[in-house]
Amino acid sequence: MVSGLINENPTVYERKERRVRTDSTNSDEFSVEPIDQLEIFDILFFDFAFINIHHIRDIRDPEHPYSLEQLKVLTEDSVEVDDLKSYVRVTFTPTVEHCSMATIIGLSIRVKLMRSLPPRYKIDIRVAPGSHATEAALNKQLNDKERVAAALENPNLVEMVDECLSPSFE
Amino acid sequence: MAALNNLTEHLEAFVDVTRSPTHHAESLRAIATSLEKSVLSINQLVVEMDMYLTTTDDVVRARGRILLLAEMLDYLKPKPLDNAVVNSLVGFFTAKLAEWRSVRGALTGCLALIKRKGVAGLVTAVDAEAVAKSMAQSVQVQSLALYDRKLCFELLECLLEQYPEAMINLGDLMVYATCEAIDGEKDPPCLMVAFHVVELLARLFPSPSGPVASEASDLFEFISCYFPLHYTHTKGDETSIPREDLSRGLSVDSLKCLKDCAVNYGVSRMKKHYEGIWSAIKDALYASTGTDLSFGLESLTSPGFEMGEIHREAVNLLQRLVKQDISFLGLVADDIRVKMIFDTISRYSRYEEMLDTSKLEVLVVSQILSVSARASVESCNTIFETFFVRLMNTLGIVEKTSSGDLVHNENSTVSTRLYHGGLHLCIELLTASKDLIPSSEEDSSTPESAQQSWCSIVNRFSVSLIEAFTSAVQSSNDDCSADAYLGVKGLLAMGMFRGGSSPVSRSEFEKILTTLTSIITANSAKTVKWELALKALVCMGSFIDQYHESEKAMSYMGIVVENLVSLVRSSHCSLPHPMILEATSEVCSTRPTYVEKMVQGFEEAFCSSFSDFCVNGNFKSIENCSQLLECVTNKLLPRLTEIDGLEKSLVHFAISMWNQIESSVVFSYDFNGREFVEAAMKTMRQIVGVASVDSQNSIIQKAYNVISSSTLPAMESIPLTFAALEGLQRDLSTRDELILSLFASAVIGASPMASFADVKSLIKLFMVSSLKGYISAAQALGSMVNKLGTGLEEACDTIFHESSASGNNTSSVDSSKSIGGSETLLAKICLGFYGSLDLQTRAITGLAWIGKGLLMRGDKRVNEIAHVLVECLKSTNSSGNALHPSALKHAADAFLTLMSDSEVCLNRKFHAVIRPLYKQRFFSITVPILESLIVNSQTPLSRTMLHVALAHVISNVPVTVILDNTKKLLPVILEGLSVLSVDSEHKETLFSLLLVLSGTLTDIKGQQSVSDNAHRIIECLVKLTSYPHLMVVRETAIQCLATLLELPHRRIYPFRREVLQAVTKALDDPKRRVREEAIKCRQAWTSISSRSTPF
Repeated sequence: MVSGLINENPTVYERKERRVRTDSTNSDEFSVEPIDQLEIFDILFFDFAFINIHHIRDIRDPEHPYSLEQLKVLTEDSVEVDDLKSYVRVTFTPTVEHCSMATIIGLSIRVKLMRSLPPRYKIDIRVAPGSHATEAALNKQLNDKERVAAALENPNLVEMVDECLSPSFE
Repeated sequence: MAALNNLTEHLEAFVDVTRSPTHHAESLRAIATSLEKSVLSINQLVVEMDMYLTTTDDVVRARGRILLLAEMLDYLKPKPLDNAVVNSLVGFFTAKLAEWRSVRGALTGCLALIKRKGVAGLVTAVDAEAVAKSMAQSVQVQSLALYDRKLCFELLECLLEQYPEAMINLGDLMVYATCEAIDGEKDPPCLMVAFHVVELLARLFPSPSGPVASEASDLFEFISCYFPLHYTHTKGDETSIPREDLSRGLSVDSLKCLKDCAVNYGVSRMKKHYEGIWSAIKDALYASTGTDLSFGLESLTSPGFEMGEIHREAVNLLQRLVKQDISFLGLVADDIRVKMIFDTISRYSRYEEMLDTSKLEVLVVSQILSVSARASVESCNTIFETFFVRLMNTLGIVEKTSSGDLVHNENSTVSTRLYHGGLHLCIELLTASKDLIPSSEEDSSTPESAQQSWCSIVNRFSVSLIEAFTSAVQSSNDDCSADAYLGVKGLLAMGMFRGGSSPVSRSEFEKILTTLTSIITANSAKTVKWELALKALVCMGSFIDQYHESEKAMSYMGIVVENLVSLVRSSHCSLPHPMILEATSEVCSTRPTYVEKMVQGFEEAFCSSFSDFCVNGNFKSIENCSQLLECVTNKLLPRLTEIDGLEKSLVHFAISMWNQIESSVVFSYDFNGREFVEAAMKTMRQIVGVASVDSQNSIIQKAYNVISSSTLPAMESIPLTFAALEGLQRDLSTRDELILSLFASAVIGASPMASFADVKSLIKLFMVSSLKGYISAAQALGSMVNKLGTGLEEACDTIFHESSASGNNTSSVDSSKSIGGSETLLAKICLGFYGSLDLQTRAITGLAWIGKGLLMRGDKRVNEIAHVLVECLKSTNSSGNALHPSALKHAADAFLTLMSDSEVCLNRKFHAVIRPLYKQRFFSITVPILESLIVNSQTPLSRTMLHVALAHVISNVPVTVILDNTKKLLPVILEGLSVLSVDSEHKETLFSLLLVLSGTLTDIKGQQSVSDNAHRIIECLVKLTSYPHLMVVRETAIQCLATLLELPHRRIYPFRREVLQAVTKALDDPKRRVREEAIKCRQAWTSISSRSTPF
């Protein structure tokens, strides 16, 4: 493993106030609420309080105890979704250019979405253009089905991903 | 003895230093509890501790003997102890203060004893003195550890606070000891206590030649080295106080301190500091005032902006200073910022146009001036003389001459200028001055001349002021609420002067009322202006009532109340009817006499509208009637307890309703919709419900007379035989229908004490009408059988017995065998032996309500009724004829009627007789029968309906009953869920049954049977995750699946694949809430599966 932190002193941003859904009191029993940007963002970040409502479930940066949102690795605008075409694309920005953790972050995002979205969805994970040294290679790696499957066969990697997805206690 | 054994154990644990602090705390608590419960006496404890007392190991001795005892006492603070015990303990601890090893225990013990409050077991002053002495002589505070030092300071603090006399005796010693203790202290928490100790000392020895004075230089030296305080707040340190809090706290404290100074040092000594204080007050006010002035409804009676703690203290200080010395006002009056205010005001006409700095100026100066004016009559006079007149000039408001005419000088062409800032200042001043008018009792004691000055100024301008405010309101449009707000607030301020010496004359007061009332009546829509005016009127109304202003009350009555009430009465008015009603009910609720007037007006309005409808067929009138009745039910009835005499007026109202109906013999037109009848029924029911028994009787008597004058008694003569009942239709005239419904409502609301003249004919009337399809008649029947005392037997006879005695010969052979059983005519109709389907379903519904009445009072006859209803659920009756599906459905719904709580009748509000546990009783009677029938049911329809009935019973019984019978009920609940999920018609029933299931899943009582049935539960829930008709069902099913994970792993693991499949499908649910639940549930179920399938 790498000795020492890759980015020792990351900039921590304040969490943005969450956009609140206005149409939450939709009384029509049979209307359809399509999956939208905010919902994906909520899947990735929001406290789906499970059993204990005090645990905030975020994906965490593997190096730091901050959540990806606090580090501005992911923002709400970085999620594109089209429910009709069953397509979602998440663009994330690693904290530093040569962050070797970008792969694991991307993998975590992918796993989280695979677990939370209907199987019909095609998930596309990308690094923001210009934010990483090996951008092309990384994008290819993250969206290669077989390589992802192989990675998830690796118990060490799965453990790391689960660690990233584990609830952080705030 | 067992207690003692435990005690030794706990003692061991406490004394052993190697154990963890939590362990110590635990054993401590155990001992304390036994002491508290007096299982153990202190003496016993000491005897038991013998070994630890004599041991040579200091650590054990210190901990065991002293600390334990001390901590014990801390726990026992609330427990009364014997004085002798306290005395000896204090002596003991005092002696131990000298031994450094046990000093912590000794300190804790002393502190615990000294802190004791109450009657039994207090430390005497002599003992306290001894403690202080021992402490001063033998404890070297600065050589102790941090925690012990803090204890020392706390002990000193306590001693000084609780035994001041004893401490005075010690004199020098105490001061010296304190000096020594503080010298070199570095820990902030300790210092905080230490500073307080010094403060207490100074208070104790105030004399300039006393011990504090002689040590003053030393004390000052020790303390001064801590000032100025350096604020070294480390980021992220959550225990410390944030900087803002600290500075706010310091500001508040210094303002409070200055106020105390002003009180104690007197005018002459304070005088030289006035300038400094004045600028400090100004700074505090400017810094603590925001620029947001609210023009909302809620701030009509409040300052309209936020006021912090600093602000409040600054205001208090200013008021105090002005009150004490009028010359302070000179500073205020000469202040450049205060003087500048008139320029600022006249620069902008609208508040929102002002710059933030100007807004701030206006708000702060208004505050300063109004607070100063509020301080005393004298200061008020000065402020009004100096500023008010000038303000009036700025605003262009002219004064009236002694003859009463307005003075028009050469500028008379210049009309009033309504600067918002000026109006605000003016309102603040007026509001401040109104508190200075003494209440009528003190009136005579105050010299009239003292208050004349400001009063006469206001009086000179009052006419123009009222005009100015009026024009502000009238010029306002909907976009700008500020004009309306300031205008109304100004009028309100002018209208709130109390008493006979008010600067506002009666005619002017009446003008204010007229203006506000005209705002209410002129608007045709609910605008901000309208709401403001209404609130102002309500404020003035309650003000008049509060101060018993009889003269003003008369004006109010004449102008506001009568005007509005006459509007209610007249049917032609531009204002929408609901708004008139709202305004009237709000305004009139302020005083009982108004309420009386209003209800009278309502009565007249009801009568005229009603007859207008009857004669001319004016549907608008009947709509007004419904709105009026709704106003009575929703606005007046809930305030019954607050308003005196309302009950009487309402009863009168109910009787006039009857009178009006009685006199309207001809109904030429039919009601357009049922709204009016529903509203009238609701009002009648509730009025009867809240009325006293006597009033109830008079209403019922009146109603009975009206009934007898109608064609309804003809129905009583219909014999309860099949032949006569068969042809019944809903054929009542509109009037009779109304009378019947209202009468039923009166019966529903009546209490068991109310008397009914002719029970038998009443029952017959309701029987026939319920068979004609009037539900309210069925509910009235239920209420009657529920509440009747002696008449019950007769009533039941009429309902069940007689009906078959005079019935058809073919079936009346052995009818007398059962009271309510299947042989009576009613039962036969229910079972479809004769009559149309309509008659059958009505009979079933009627029977359900009768059954509910009987069930709630715990009458046995309900068993027979339940039996009949159960028979109806079978697909064929005893003679082999198939029952119609609709009849089955009604029979199943009858169980809902029986078990659920009704809003409309048979509840506590309507005086129902309710035996405890009646639901449980019905549950235990019916569930076994229904269960066995389900097993033997012949057709799918019957089976479904039996399940519906069972679901109604199960989901309405308290959940504890279900939990006690989980084992037996779980299989049938699961079957019910799968049967009910077939048809969307039963979705609500399905949901309530699912909630019952989810309740059993989490409870410990049901766990075993849930575990046994896990496979069936999961199968059922998996199916429900895709239930298309109701989202909450899917959501709850998924939640239940997640809950099941609490079961033993081996029970649920086999179903992992099945559940995950279902939940994965639910990830694509059309509803977001379901998807969210699915994600959580899936996550939870994935985590129990093996590592090889991470998603």
